Amino acid sequence: MAMLFFTVIGSFWLEIALKVGVLRRIKRVLTSIIPVGLVFLLWDAYAIKSGHWRFDRNQILGIFGPAGIPLEEILFFIVVPIAAIMTIEAVRTVKKNWPVTNL
Amino acid sequence: MSYTLIALSMVIVSLLLDVFFLKVKLVTRRVFWVSYAIVLVFQLLTNWWLTSRNIVMYNSDAIIGIRIASAPVEDLAFGFSLILSVLTIWIYQEKR
Repeated sequence: MAMLFFTVIGSFWLEIALKVGVLRRIKRVLTSIIPVGLVFLLWDAYAIKSGHWRFDRNQILGIFGPAGIPLEEILFFIVVPIAAIMTIEAVRTVKKNWPVTNL
Repeated sequence: MSYTLIALSMVIVSLLLDVFFLKVKLVTRRVFWVSYAIVLVFQLLTNWWLTSRNIVMYNSDAIIGIRIASAPVEDLAFGFSLILSVLTIWIYQEKR
């Protein structure tokens, strides 16, 4: 949970300081993170079930979603993608002449 | 090595999404790599926190065993595919 707070603090200041306006485009944020988040949560569920990784029950909140996924993992796939979007938008704000696509 | 294989597959899927399906081609852009580099620094920091304190633990059968900042090297592939997929879809929506 501390890690998630750190990520929020580390990235969301860009929203104010550089006015990246990511949260203003919340629909576009959601359409970007929901499909990817669902795929990764399926992976997470499979990895937990197969024992690829596990979590120390004493160091997590102990609240679990579907398929035994800790709440922190679900929040991770919301917080981290938003932080990444804010990062690229911040870079674009600072480096306005760097093209982002050739479409 | 199951985590290794899934993580590598996801890197390939995210590259296919970016280059062939949505044709955003973010991986050819400096803006992506600079952004990824920034994210990577924070990923290494938070990964180190989560793994060195054993908040998250990995089955040694699932990984190849190479560790970077105390976390399995596979986490880099995990993070890269997550970030590339999200940013590809984010930018794709802007250009439609």
